[in-house]
Amino acid sequence: MPAFFVDIGVGLKSFAIIKSLSMLFLSRVISFASPQLCLYPLPVDYGRWPLIATHPLEAFMKARPRLRTSKDTAKKTGAAPAGDQMPLLNASGVIKRFGDFIANDNVSFSIYEGEIHALLGENGAGKSTFVKMVYGLMQPDAGVFEWRGKPVKITGPQHARDMGIGMVFQHFSLFQALTVAENIQLALPAGESLSSLSDRVRIMSAEYGIGVDPDARIHNLSVGQQQRVEIMRCLLQDPSLLIMDEPTSVLTPQEADQLFDVLRRFSNSGVAILFISHKLDEIRALTSRATVLRRGINVGTVNTDTRSARQLAEMMVGETVADVVRKTAPADDDILLEISNLSRPRSTQFSTPLRNISLQARRGEILAIAGIAGNGQDELMEALIGEWRDANNGIMVIEGLDITHAGPTARRNAGISFVPEERNGHAAVPAMSLADNNLLTSHSLAGAVKKGIIDNNAMRQAADDVTTAFDVRLPNENPLASALSGGNLQKFVVGREIAKSPKVLIISQPTWGVDVGAAMFIRSAMLKLAAKGSAVVMISQDLEEVFMIAHRIAVLYDGHLSAAMDVTGLTAEKVGLLMGGIAASKGAEA
Amino acid sequence: MISLIPRKDIPLALTVMTPIMAIAITLFVGAIIFATLGYDPLEALYQFFVAPVSRSDQIADLFVKACPLIIIASGLIFCYRANIWNIGAEGQLILGAVFSGYVALTFPGLPAWAMIPLMVIAGIFGGMLWAMIPALLKTRFNTNEILVSLMLTYVAALLIDWIVRGPWRDPMSFGFPLTKMYVDAALISRIELPGIGYLGQLHWGVVGALLLALCAWFVLDRMLVGFQVKVMGAAPRAGRFAGFSPTFVTFMVLGISGAAAGIAGMVEVSANIGQLQPEISFGYGFTAIIVAFLARLNPLAVIGAGLVVALAELGGDSAQITLGMPKVVTGVFKGILLFMLLAGETFNRFHVEIRPSRSSAAKSVEVQN
Repeated sequence: MPAFFVDIGVGLKSFAIIKSLSMLFLSRVISFASPQLCLYPLPVDYGRWPLIATHPLEAFMKARPRLRTSKDTAKKTGAAPAGDQMPLLNASGVIKRFGDFIANDNVSFSIYEGEIHALLGENGAGKSTFVKMVYGLMQPDAGVFEWRGKPVKITGPQHARDMGIGMVFQHFSLFQALTVAENIQLALPAGESLSSLSDRVRIMSAEYGIGVDPDARIHNLSVGQQQRVEIMRCLLQDPSLLIMDEPTSVLTPQEADQLFDVLRRFSNSGVAILFISHKLDEIRALTSRATVLRRGINVGTVNTDTRSARQLAEMMVGETVADVVRKTAPADDDILLEISNLSRPRSTQFSTPLRNISLQARRGEILAIAGIAGNGQDELMEALIGEWRDANNGIMVIEGLDITHAGPTARRNAGISFVPEERNGHAAVPAMSLADNNLLTSHSLAGAVKKGIIDNNAMRQAADDVTTAFDVRLPNENPLASALSGGNLQKFVVGREIAKSPKVLIISQPTWGVDVGAAMFIRSAMLKLAAKGSAVVMISQDLEEVFMIAHRIAVLYDGHLSAAMDVTGLTAEKVGLLMGGIAASKGAEA
Repeated sequence: MISLIPRKDIPLALTVMTPIMAIAITLFVGAIIFATLGYDPLEALYQFFVAPVSRSDQIADLFVKACPLIIIASGLIFCYRANIWNIGAEGQLILGAVFSGYVALTFPGLPAWAMIPLMVIAGIFGGMLWAMIPALLKTRFNTNEILVSLMLTYVAALLIDWIVRGPWRDPMSFGFPLTKMYVDAALISRIELPGIGYLGQLHWGVVGALLLALCAWFVLDRMLVGFQVKVMGAAPRAGRFAGFSPTFVTFMVLGISGAAAGIAGMVEVSANIGQLQPEISFGYGFTAIIVAFLARLNPLAVIGAGLVVALAELGGDSAQITLGMPKVVTGVFKGILLFMLLAGETFNRFHVEIRPSRSSAAKSVEVQN
């Protein structure tokens, strides 16, 4: 039974503030935060759950007859429909072109009421294009959509919402400074008072176990909670079909499990869910059927029961997928990079301060820094690169050389390479060639610049070497970085750094938004680099990846970095708890 | 709905054809305007485009006219490439003229080999000094360099006005606001071509301008400092990631453009005027902004763009003198020419796609239902 960790996290945030208040209140908060308190299964104990007001559920249900309450929490819902049932949405022969590029080529697809259906595919396979057409953001060049058996032309998002299609985007569109209810009010037709809306939010929150407090301000919520606000916003519009675009990419495993429970309840009440993902395990856990897209072509719709994760991956990629092989952690304690007591004050209202971060990267290992986005990863990465530095905060030493005061160039000269999370505009300049982008991080190294004059031939050669060695596929002979697909550009920026054979590679979200094939390539490249005697520090929110390649794992939560733990004997459960800040709560109680 | 889609490959023929088409359309539109206003359109176009360049000495004068534009625009390109908006080249030009004038007027006894280089250095110093003010304020206090540099132009204009009316006025100038004439050593000499002699007002400053544009291209295209400028402009965060300092780049590009404007001021006075006076520039600092953008911020293209703009200026003068055309009409025509060239550039880089608008799509749904 999953505990409600996220709200515990919020409880803890406020915990710091109320520490000085009376012990009575303190004990109240701790009991509220205790893992024994579970929101599931329904019905909710309103008395114990202060966020949800008691309210006559019946009145609400009368107003919304289509949503049936269900206490069925079966693992799988929406079993493959019978042949004679009419699909809720049926797409046939959908084609979408962008210039010469065919994003969707003759895609046919159908989803039934109450079904959780996965749309599976690599980055750039055409998933987003397809759902954007379903949501009316784009028009197909050919093909027909049928809604409840009737052909429709979905002219825009408003039309889609009117028809009963809701969509939760990967990137949230919430106003950080407003409350949950205010944000929801903005999305709904005008006319409903804030208080009645708040009541509706509470009811629905209780009914589906969403746990959203309508009066909370968005910037105080965790990412998982913000996502639930987005879901709630869709749900209040009473959709028949809910589209979710990569919803778990920002969640801890526990949060993802909670999300799945919520989604199963929706589907039990008759809502169809189109779930877009490339994570195969969760698709097998959640959905009954999956439609696989590969390069815009519908490869097939399969029952997820009958296929292994590997088979699904091979459908996605179109070829056999190689596993990465991790060697055991190095035995010696040869520390290459050591950071002690790095702190960074909050720079803006919404940034996370870093609190006394210490870490040691040893020769030959991959040290993973797990954690959900927004817990200080960006701030830490800036401090590691040297884009932000402060003489009074923290000490950074590589092989005995103090680089606390050194800027990015001097740190590179000392043998550290960096790959920041954002490819466009941070790791690479989109409007420049690959040779120029290679120069970006090697201008201070031997052979790049002589007497102020750039050796363009050497840079071109170096860029060519990277594209060859890392299988970067180019759209033409000498493309701009912006012309490369996300996965290929990522292979380039990772390859660019690994080609320098750095002593330490510091890399953030190495496979974010990258297709399976490229991700495997990048991971094995990092492992090879470590095997050659370098240290890799990998900031990643992808736990699957962390467990796949890391030798030691530390967790970043709210600007704190936990001690690094050896991966052998470590469970995803434990890391997930740390990602939700549970260890910190024990510290606070002690 | 009309949208501009970036072209993936720009065919060479299109690149060659667009300016030709732009000029052809300008001629056509211009002819209509001139005819409407009662001028003989062919005669007017002749005065605009052919008369100013019908003799070899006139072509030489075209280069003279373009000279300060090319120098200033070569410097401004650094600023604009780095996303720093220096609008105050006019003021930097004036300071360059004043500082070089100080050398010329204070040390008239200097030998010719030392005089001109010293004046160039003084001009660079003056222009840079004036450009450092917006740089300092921007990096220290995050002020807007557009406003600061623009306002400093007016300060500079008043400064030179005061100087030539006050402390530096030639006592023999009968009360006119003029300094003494520069000594011969302080004047940039005209070019004497073998077998031809002098050609119009063609002077060595023109050669300097072409060399400067070439230098600017080399620095921007081949050197690490130029790369820093381009990265900072295209992706400042990537620039910081690369270890480049935004402060350094801000100072550098404003310094370069100030120096270039300062040189232009020095050349303009030394080659064409010969003394300081209240008006030494005719908006060159502002016109050079147009030149820089017409050249798509490419230092080599600045030469061509400078010549085109100079032609439009001279053609306007010619039409005013011979046809009595009002200045505003020549201004309109110059505007059309620049507009067409920039529009042509846009169509060179983008192609237009016209899609049915949303409302018509909605209508088709109704029809379907």
